[in-house]
Amino acid sequence: MHISIEKRGYVSKRYSTTVYLLSIFVAVIISSFIFLLRGVNPFYAFYKIFQGSFGSAFGIKETITKAIPLLLIAEGLIVAFKGKFWNIGANGQLLIGATFSTWIALNYGPTHSAITTIPLMFIVGFIGGALYGFIPAVLKVKLGINEIIATLMLNYIAEDFVEYLVYGPWKGKTQYGFPYTDNFPPSATLAQIPGTRISYITLIIALVSVVVVYYFIEKTKYGFEIKVAGENPHAAEYSGIDFIKMTIIMMLISGGLAGIAGVGEVAGIHRHLTYPAQVSSGYGYTAIIVAWLAQLNPILAVVSALFFGGILVGGDVIQTSLGFPFSTINAFNGFILIFVMIGNFFTEYKIKIRR
Amino acid sequence: MEEKVTEFKSLELKDIYKEFPGVVANNRISLKINAGEIHALLGENGAGKTTLMNIIYGIYQPDDGEIYINGKKVFIDSPRTAMKYGIGMVHQHFMLVENHTVAENVALGLSGTKFLNPTKEIAKEIERYSSEIGLHVNPDAKIWQLSAGEQQRVEILKALMRGAKLIILDEPTSVLTPQEASELFKTIKHLVKNGHSVIFITHKLEEVYELGGIVTVLRQGKVIDSTTTKDATKEELAKMMVGREILFNLEKEDIKPGEIVVKVENLEVLNDKGLKAIKNLNFEVRKGEILGIAGVSGNGQRELVEALTGLRRVEKGRILINGKEVQNKGAREIGEMGVSHIPEERIKYGIVPNLPVYENAVLRDYYKEPFSNRGILNYKKIKEFAIKLVKEFSIATPSIETKAKLLSGGNIQKLILARETTTKSTFIVAAHPTYGLDIAATEYIRKLLLQKRKEGSAILLVSEDLEEILQLSDRVAVMFMGEFMGIVDPKKVSIEEIGLMMAGSMRM
Repeated sequence: MHISIEKRGYVSKRYSTTVYLLSIFVAVIISSFIFLLRGVNPFYAFYKIFQGSFGSAFGIKETITKAIPLLLIAEGLIVAFKGKFWNIGANGQLLIGATFSTWIALNYGPTHSAITTIPLMFIVGFIGGALYGFIPAVLKVKLGINEIIATLMLNYIAEDFVEYLVYGPWKGKTQYGFPYTDNFPPSATLAQIPGTRISYITLIIALVSVVVVYYFIEKTKYGFEIKVAGENPHAAEYSGIDFIKMTIIMMLISGGLAGIAGVGEVAGIHRHLTYPAQVSSGYGYTAIIVAWLAQLNPILAVVSALFFGGILVGGDVIQTSLGFPFSTINAFNGFILIFVMIGNFFTEYKIKIRR
Repeated sequence: MEEKVTEFKSLELKDIYKEFPGVVANNRISLKINAGEIHALLGENGAGKTTLMNIIYGIYQPDDGEIYINGKKVFIDSPRTAMKYGIGMVHQHFMLVENHTVAENVALGLSGTKFLNPTKEIAKEIERYSSEIGLHVNPDAKIWQLSAGEQQRVEILKALMRGAKLIILDEPTSVLTPQEASELFKTIKHLVKNGHSVIFITHKLEEVYELGGIVTVLRQGKVIDSTTTKDATKEELAKMMVGREILFNLEKEDIKPGEIVVKVENLEVLNDKGLKAIKNLNFEVRKGEILGIAGVSGNGQRELVEALTGLRRVEKGRILINGKEVQNKGAREIGEMGVSHIPEERIKYGIVPNLPVYENAVLRDYYKEPFSNRGILNYKKIKEFAIKLVKEFSIATPSIETKAKLLSGGNIQKLILARETTTKSTFIVAAHPTYGLDIAATEYIRKLLLQKRKEGSAILLVSEDLEEILQLSDRVAVMFMGEFMGIVDPKKVSIEEIGLMMAGSMRM
């Protein structure tokens, strides 16, 4: 018997959609076993998750709250992933963005009005995330260091750095010994839609980022270069694309958007910098799945960000009502990612078995 | 599992046929190899030599045809089966674990070794072979410490210790120094004396005569002739190898070449391994002139093309285009000077397979007006341009929205040519422009190159297809080991002479 893997030629939209839906379906089936093993009817568990996230006004509000950072980060990741730069470091980029804007909030905010403070915080947050994305980009193009490892490791550095700040020099005098910075002054906090934790500005920025990223990839020459380099680096070299410049632009955008998500979290929700797991409950990682579930389509990412926002909220629900650990959700997310990837493989290739 | 074949008397191939998408690699090939024979397989790249050997070694399965060993029909479905029948192969690129020792590499995958400390016994075996056949290699040395010649000996040892009676050597001298090569020839003669058979793949005539024995010449997937070094002269073999069939007659106008467009002085370029691929090359190409570069590929043509188009560093020397130095300038800057590049591996370099035809149509000029304005792409203009190209060059595609990978090879090449030559090209570098294409596309592309010549472009044509070179070129340079063996007039040179120059046996 001889097994070989061959590239598919023409793939119809119908076939790729079917494979895509099928892979999500299989991921759900496999995840069901987690519930079955604990003697819980998986239908009931999924019902609970859905009910918690989309079944009530409160659930929907929370889902959107969590979907905002996921969307912002995913938009950035889509840019990087289109160029085949595997940025696993969005969590770190988010934290550095949050840290930069915290500095503005605490040092510039008290003496200035919101009109200058808030924009400045977003700008500086973007710069922070972008700089943190710049490091692995330079390491890759100048020294050939694998970006997956570099970005992953930079996450830990960012986490420890934030921890050091909130336990050490930035620890708030008014926080009764908790590892928080002082609360941001009113001029440095974001207004929320009444009755929710959704801040107007971050929501708008997230939606604008969808349009901007779509436009950037589909209509600009840099987007074209990223697509070419991602699809065929040899052709990029042949056509004279400046690989170094392109990679850096790509990662500045990718890291910057994660940085903005960080600003939204500290200025909109926590209103101080706190320990890293609180600032971001793994948004940087979940957003990878958001981007892939959207098949790197910036518009579809809105849907998949809402979906995973809901999953995160539902995770809290099954934790309290069914006694499942939150990591169940991580397992579920993992299955989705793996099966979507496998699905992508089967849309590109076919397996031939010959005697 | 069947019992191991202990004796090897003969291997016979009957009507082996193997097709790859768009190419017939082996077209009904029949061959016979007996015990104790040296059998040279002579042919240019792409003649089907390696494919045929991979079939014998079980890496590929033939689409049709039969293989007999000792007169019995066999199916070789994997290298493991091939080894069982006493067939071993040494590939052009070695398959060794760099960080392991020689003995460990030999032991790897060898059956019947001891569970504990298997290499001790192996080391003894290696030393025995060393003295018997003159395969000297230190069993305890790490592979990365060894020279190419020594690594090759390890590969031969591996095959022998797996019981190989027939050893296939795929272009074994391509990685060796001349001294190492003559060592290898001694080893081969030793092996044959001990009753082994050797199949020796090469495109170098000298080597065939050095070894002597039976020679089979392959060309375009077919056996041209099987003879011996005693019965055929070098000239005859050279002619068989390169062949000459006129497909069609193209009208080539007499044009008096104009001023010098490209001047290359003392050029020196390294290959990927850091070895000199181009050695002190000097030439020029004039306006309205086609300079053909003939030669077996792998003799520096690729490096020359890449250096000229800004894709490879120039170590020494100068490249002047219209009097301006362009060495190490980068692909974009050189492109801006009117240099068009039709790349050798058209799918790898020339297109982005997953992007639509219209985006591929502007792969080189997307950043310029009118396609791009202050960084924003004008897709309306891009699509209009793509439609124009498709029409003008009669590229067969369902639409400009079709992904480039779905086009046929000939149409992909037309798309690349259209893109590269639609604006006025000062200098066109065309590498194997018709390789693997059907006759209609080939004719179209050759006509287009002649048209460009008429319009005043200077053209450098690299091709292994001698017929193409002779038909199109105004002057022909034959490249061998990074040097020109001579620059000749295609009307005055004989096919035998070119063949001898390609094989490194003659300078003109």
